[in-house]
Amino acid sequence: MKRLSTALLISCLALALALPALAADTIKIGFNIPLTGAIPEVGEGSKNAAEIYLADINGAGGLEVGGKKYMLEFVYMDNESKPDSAVNAALKLINQEEVVAIIGPNSSQQAIPAGGTCNENRVPMISPWSTNPDTTKDRPWVFRAAFLDPFQGPVAANFAAKKYNAKTAAVIYDIDNDYSVGLAEAFKGAWETKGLGPVVAYETNGNKDQDFSAQLTTIIAAKPDFIFVPENYNQVALIIPQARDLGYKGPFMGGDAWGTPDLVKLCGEQCYGQFFSTHYAAAGATGATKVFIDRYMEKYGSEPADYAALTWDSIGLMVQGIQNAGKVESNPRKMRAAIRDGLAAIKSFDGITGSSKFDEQGDPIKCAVVVKISDEGKFIFEESVCPE
Amino acid sequence: MDFIIQNILNALQWGSFYALIALGYTLVYGVLRLINFAHGDIFMVGAYISFFVAGFLLGPLAGLSPSIAFAVTVPLTMFLTSLVGVTLERIAYRPLRRKGAHRLYVVITALMCGLILEYSNLAVLGASRLKFPELIEKQIWNIGGITLTNLKVMVIFAAIVVFLFLQWVVTKTRIGMAMRGISYDKFAIPLMGIPIDTIIVFTFVLGSGFAGLAGLLFAMSYPVLEPFMGMLIGWKAFIAAVVGGIGDIKGAFVGGFLLGFIEVGVVTVFPSSYRDLFAFTILLLILWMKPTGLFGMPQSTKI
Repeated sequence: MKRLSTALLISCLALALALPALAADTIKIGFNIPLTGAIPEVGEGSKNAAEIYLADINGAGGLEVGGKKYMLEFVYMDNESKPDSAVNAALKLINQEEVVAIIGPNSSQQAIPAGGTCNENRVPMISPWSTNPDTTKDRPWVFRAAFLDPFQGPVAANFAAKKYNAKTAAVIYDIDNDYSVGLAEAFKGAWETKGLGPVVAYETNGNKDQDFSAQLTTIIAAKPDFIFVPENYNQVALIIPQARDLGYKGPFMGGDAWGTPDLVKLCGEQCYGQFFSTHYAAAGATGATKVFIDRYMEKYGSEPADYAALTWDSIGLMVQGIQNAGKVESNPRKMRAAIRDGLAAIKSFDGITGSSKFDEQGDPIKCAVVVKISDEGKFIFEESVCPE
Repeated sequence: MDFIIQNILNALQWGSFYALIALGYTLVYGVLRLINFAHGDIFMVGAYISFFVAGFLLGPLAGLSPSIAFAVTVPLTMFLTSLVGVTLERIAYRPLRRKGAHRLYVVITALMCGLILEYSNLAVLGASRLKFPELIEKQIWNIGGITLTNLKVMVIFAAIVVFLFLQWVVTKTRIGMAMRGISYDKFAIPLMGIPIDTIIVFTFVLGSGFAGLAGLLFAMSYPVLEPFMGMLIGWKAFIAAVVGGIGDIKGAFVGGFLLGFIEVGVVTVFPSSYRDLFAFTILLLILWMKPTGLFGMPQSTKI
């Protein structure tokens, strides 16, 4: 008797799980995002952007694929800002929800393990915000919307050469932080290939250092035209004032780790007027980006951060991939393979964070944005810098 | 040449903080034979106290001008931080001493007190860092290629004054004599009619008060505060005190500056990842040749 009821239960469950897949007029996309944990505002921003996109598509009667309209269904799964929970969330989306594709996770810390899970289970995944090369490396099922860490090196080199007419550069970086080391190396390589002049000082510091005077004295003695500081915002807030105390009057530049409001809180006026490269800038945006920002502001009352904009672009990419697939398969496995091929077929994409082309790893080649810290402590769009 | 003088000044500033903290370690050790491992965290608490005191004095309620606010912040921070040190002594160290606990347990208690200070700060104020307000108007002087700030001069000056003051207290005053007496023999001293607990409280007032001053000056020089800021610098200052000869005021002062000079010197030549390796190898060599530290003496005659 017991066995019979178990069997009954299992077949019921199987039927219940199979039903959404049978309903072939909806396309189900999963979101693996941090709604709780260390960075809940990132998950919130992603979800907000997704809701606007979903309302747009379904409000227009659905997404047209191969001459027929299909409704979209988004499933939001919380990954608690943790790597292991991100893997669980991905498995839940794949096995229980039977989604045909996944957007997220956002941070590299979660996107690298979840990307492995999606790749093994042959489910297409797009990470909006992850910049670590390992997320997509040798993973044909994993794509992303953000540029890679090493790309910011050339961005800073090109911008500083033009803006400050710089001939010589100096670097101070955190040797305990892979992000900082990678960016410093990328910058040094890019600067030296430009052939304008040497990197006159290349100094390191530790993760918990508070005093940078010895390194900065070496840097200042080498008389660079500007100092590249690919460090976290809390260290930037110590380095810039200390360099000023030691008599340095020139400019600084940094990477996307500068881009938090905390930088202005900790560094204050000393950081005003400096530039850093990042994914997108809300202030001073134009065109489709501005339309998105205005709609987001109207609906949620705050400016969308870079992860929200990148989520929007990830959905755009996904939609393009589905349309490239040409038809909607009722079998999720076949549909996933079709979407993957559709995504891999995208050669270029115009998004609100700029237009991008894709390389064979599934990584976008796109322009970065250089942002100025204004005299009011706001991040103002300065210009976009594109790969050569 | 400019380069070398500039780095000497950098080392003097950085060494001043080690010296100020090491003085507190050595004072308590000299009297009680207790390694007060919470001392680095008392320094951290000092920095946070000065943050709130300065924020209040500059804020709309008090509304003082920065220079007056600074003049009030210094004694107030030292007073409040010394209260924290005395409280620790009262609730953690004295009961153990009364029960005749082995010194090892008191040291472990001190370590725990340090962690309690760190994590209660984390629990109350959260993990986000705080920005210390600008108390004195910064002036940058450029003398023939060498750059100095008024703050830097003040820090170095403070370290020297504190050293001279403590040296005077310990060697020239009656209470200093009592401190030295306790360090000789803490069982005989009460028989001479000297109030041992009062002297110990006074020692903690001195040590913690100057940790508070160090915290304030540190927060002014490196204005980003976080709950764990005292941990590493506290441990290093302790090692500096040991190398100088723990229990000896002069030793802590010299040891602190020695560590500052080694660290800055290594970083100017090598990548920063070699700094602690070189610094502690050199300190190890010193201890290897002179296990009691530079100015250390045999157990019985400390402080």
